[in-house]
Amino acid sequence: MRLARTVALVLVITGAAAAVGQDTKPATLPATTQAVPTDTATPVDQPVLSPAVRDFLVNLTYAIAAIFFVFGLKMLSSPRTARRGNLVASLGMLIAVVVTLASKIGVDYTVIVAGFVVGGLIGLIAARMVPMTGMPEMVALFNGSGGLASAVVAMAEYWKVSAFSEHLLDGRITIGLTLLIGMLTCTGSLVAFGKLRGMTIRGVRLGNPLVFPLQHALNLLLLLAVVACGVALAMNPASWWAALLIIVAAAALGVLMTLPIGGADMPVVVSLLNSYSGLAACAAGFVLHNTGLIISGSLVGASGLILTKIMCKAMNRSLINVMAGGFGQDVAVAGGRTLEGQTVRQMDAEEATMVLEAAQKVFVIPGYGMAVAQAQHAVAEMANLLTQKGVEVKYGVHPVAGRMPGHMNVLLAEANVPYEQLADLELNGEMDQCDVALVIGANDVVNPDARRPDSQIAGMPIFDVDKARTVMVCKRSLNPGFAGIQNPLFFNENTVMLFGDAKKMVSSIVGELKGD
Amino acid sequence: MWDVLAQAAGEADILGPLSVHLVVFLLAILLGFEVISKVPATLHTPLMSGSNAISGITIVGALLIAGAGEGWVKYVFGFLAMVFATINVVGGFAVTDRMLAMFRRR
Repeated sequence: MRLARTVALVLVITGAAAAVGQDTKPATLPATTQAVPTDTATPVDQPVLSPAVRDFLVNLTYAIAAIFFVFGLKMLSSPRTARRGNLVASLGMLIAVVVTLASKIGVDYTVIVAGFVVGGLIGLIAARMVPMTGMPEMVALFNGSGGLASAVVAMAEYWKVSAFSEHLLDGRITIGLTLLIGMLTCTGSLVAFGKLRGMTIRGVRLGNPLVFPLQHALNLLLLLAVVACGVALAMNPASWWAALLIIVAAAALGVLMTLPIGGADMPVVVSLLNSYSGLAACAAGFVLHNTGLIISGSLVGASGLILTKIMCKAMNRSLINVMAGGFGQDVAVAGGRTLEGQTVRQMDAEEATMVLEAAQKVFVIPGYGMAVAQAQHAVAEMANLLTQKGVEVKYGVHPVAGRMPGHMNVLLAEANVPYEQLADLELNGEMDQCDVALVIGANDVVNPDARRPDSQIAGMPIFDVDKARTVMVCKRSLNPGFAGIQNPLFFNENTVMLFGDAKKMVSSIVGELKGD
Repeated sequence: MWDVLAQAAGEADILGPLSVHLVVFLLAILLGFEVISKVPATLHTPLMSGSNAISGITIVGALLIAGAGEGWVKYVFGFLAMVFATINVVGGFAVTDRMLAMFRRR
């Protein structure tokens, strides 16, 4: 109810601002407005309110839009209100758009409508079509799109005046900054997209960390070049070559900074790019002297940084360590020991079903492999059947399971897994009472080597599945995971391997469960 | 260098809003940390795609260029900025809603 009142209030203010911006014929003007100073060419275009008052109302409405964003984000942080939160935030966006259009006299709608229709159709179709497994790629693309939009806004601000000397000092600096962050976000996101898609360029898998000598030196050089160009632009606004160089160097920097980051670190990268896209909008706000952009952009920048921090913590790595890249390259010596010559135990679906039915407590640890095999629906069905047979089933979702923060939860929600069955690392507290820990398509998050100080993933919080009575690992082969690190769990005495495609294996278990 | 500084001093009117904007920026960052710090892991993905849509606020800049810009800048940069910003806004909010619809309680 309180929300509805706020919405009504905002609409009134927006309406007022919109009315203020409209052209008014002199004949209908009240006599009192005669004193209004005219900054427009003809008295015909004279607005009802003075520009100062109009600016004030417009800024006030931007602030209200920002308040909508704040409350929208706040509501997004609770499952009960999340969907309404998204709606509130989108309403804030509508307010910002309407007031922007209303604030200008004689707006030409042709380009606006054309751009809106094209962009809107692309966005809507992409949002409807994308499978939940492909969500990280799409968020990466949307991030890049936002970053590019901010960069283009800065370009337009720079090139819109023919006499560059009209640019004031703060404008020159912030234009350079916006170009840097915007372009870096754009190309960085494109590389992240390629990595997430598993693309190959000339036989090189983008998903692998691509490291070459002097990489960091080159990045530093590029950054210095950008700074130098920024200074040149600030000193002499006519040096358009500097603006062009910033665009090119920032684009190259975005590519080079993302290339060395390994596939397992993608949740960090996606979060960081999310933060950058917000900061790009914020920088564009400095260029345009628009507080609405500054506030909203900073909110997104902060939220992206928080997610980045959470992801780094979930892998016990520092951000610098992630950004340096090259993680998980030495497959042979990973973990400080080789695992050759050891044997594993195997089971088929029938045996596995018998063990699962006899259990009282089963923990399912899903990983991205489950999503790749599209096995989440089969897993949910298996869990339901087991629950009906009196087995207690819980899902252990690691914070970095999947390819972006919270990805696995979305995938399980898509398969209608009840919210109450989802747990995170707190599950470790009950692991000693667990009869079967069923690991499906996960690898690094159950690697007991994380407890060894000499391991590459030392200190990363993991599910201690090796403490469960039986560990079942459903996996295609013994190949190392996304991080490229061997897993000694597979060779433990209480571990059995269920080799095969996750969907086929779980579906046969479902068949066996139904057969009884 | 000194020329620039002297010019900057002369442009105190322009740097005035800059300092105000910096304060707004810092406060907004703090507000962001405050609001978002306690999001359950379940909602990390929708939070990210939702905040991603909010970063499309740059559409305001795109509107100003496409609607009130002049000459080729309006047609080239205005159109491009509109397209990319709209993809960000419309796509972001739409996909977040689609995800959150699955989170409904049973």
